[in-house]
Amino acid sequence: MHNIDDNVVEVQKVSFSYNGNEVLQDIDLAIHRGDYLGLVGGNGAGKTTLLRIILGLLSASAGSVRLFGSDISDFSDWSKIGYVPQKATSFDAKFPATAFEVVLMGLYGKRGLFRHIRGTDKELALKALALVEMEDESARLIGTLSGGEQQRVFIARALVSEPEILFLDEPTVGVEKNVRDAFYALLRRLNEDLHLTVVLVTHDIESIAHEAMHIACIDRTLEFCPSAAEFLREGHSITQAHHL
Amino acid sequence: MLEIFQYGFVLRGFEAGLIVAFIAPLIGIFLVLRRYSLIADTLAHVSLAGIALGIWLGINPVLSALGVTILSSLGIERLRERRRIYGESALALFLSGSLAIATVLLSLGKGFNTQILNYLFGSILTVTQMDVYVMAVLALVVAGLTFLFFKELVYISFDEDSARVAGIPVRLINTILIVLAALTISLAIPVVGVLLIAALIVIPVITALSLGVSFLHTIIYAEIISIVSVLSGIYASFYLDLSAGGTIVIIMLLVFSLVQMFTRRFSS
Repeated sequence: MHNIDDNVVEVQKVSFSYNGNEVLQDIDLAIHRGDYLGLVGGNGAGKTTLLRIILGLLSASAGSVRLFGSDISDFSDWSKIGYVPQKATSFDAKFPATAFEVVLMGLYGKRGLFRHIRGTDKELALKALALVEMEDESARLIGTLSGGEQQRVFIARALVSEPEILFLDEPTVGVEKNVRDAFYALLRRLNEDLHLTVVLVTHDIESIAHEAMHIACIDRTLEFCPSAAEFLREGHSITQAHHL
Repeated sequence: MLEIFQYGFVLRGFEAGLIVAFIAPLIGIFLVLRRYSLIADTLAHVSLAGIALGIWLGINPVLSALGVTILSSLGIERLRERRRIYGESALALFLSGSLAIATVLLSLGKGFNTQILNYLFGSILTVTQMDVYVMAVLALVVAGLTFLFFKELVYISFDEDSARVAGIPVRLINTILIVLAALTISLAIPVVGVLLIAALIVIPVITALSLGVSFLHTIIYAEIISIVSVLSGIYASFYLDLSAGGTIVIIMLLVFSLVQMFTRRFSS
């Protein structure tokens, strides 16, 4: 159904061991252009580990990862990748940066070494803030925003470099339900209107099954469910089985 | 009030102070935000071993301190990176180890003398024109490299993982930061001495951070606090015949306390 060139991410036979424990075993996963994939699993099931391997933050013990057709060790076009890390562990709430300054960071890698930020970059940052409806809060310090607002700023930072794929790690943890609904609506809009490929790591199986196109269920090994509707019908038995 | 500026040594003292006051918070903000504050103190102690080596070999102690501090900074970074030992243990290792080397070198040579006191606590009266030139060149290097890698330093200080995914060479930038810290410490020795350098690097930055403003404004406020404290500290030390380094740090602590009181009252 998919052309091989459409593969944005290809994970082949990836295993990962930590202190002698096998966290991931023989994972195969292909993510295609325009996909909206939910990567689900319980605590310690290895979903964040898999994400970190795909992003090159961890090296797999075995197997290979290809991003946009090139092996991860040769991949250099990082501006195609947008990453929204797990909020709680990724930043210091006392850090002296405004929402605008945080979004601007999203362009730092794209500009490259020795090049400074220009006026047009500032316009891009404001546009990205407007996309997540945070333009009125641009001058506020990141630590003074609510959890949901911080999350939207981090999405704006990931989007400002105009990536082709967006990875989000547990973005809805500690976010209220109405904010969460608005957040999923935003992701849907990005995926449908801007044709952005979205990969969302979460343990919130209920919500993601109603949002994503495909579901990959991880518990050391990976079970791929091509349709979220099917996952809802049958998948719960898979997850339950995995938790036994 | 202004007659002290007629003296050459006073002018040189102010020039040296101004250079250190400008550079210390520039590097300090990244060290503090990356939880590297103690690295400043460790490298300061390491520089003492470099000074002792210089005295023993009969070469300019600031230059030998520069070499030893840069090499040690690279060693500390490598040890932390390999994670074979805890980060703070690496610091303890270098801090006490270099003091041991310093004391042995000093006892090997001419023993403890008044010269070493100048390096421990700073001696702004004895700053030579040559010292000022060396400091100015080092300061230009530090300021230039900070400007060149500013955006990368900001990103890795905020969120190292995201910086890595954005394609920023995190390892290179970390190394640059710690070498810049080593340069800053070496250039600050004549003004405040090795024991008080960390205060200059850390206190103006944490004071500015407690104001809760943007990154750019935090740097500007830290610079203002640093320059005002250093210049007024040197001025007071000349008039009241006090140690310049100690006076500067006490003024910085006063500013820090005042800002804490003010921001607490303001926020409640």
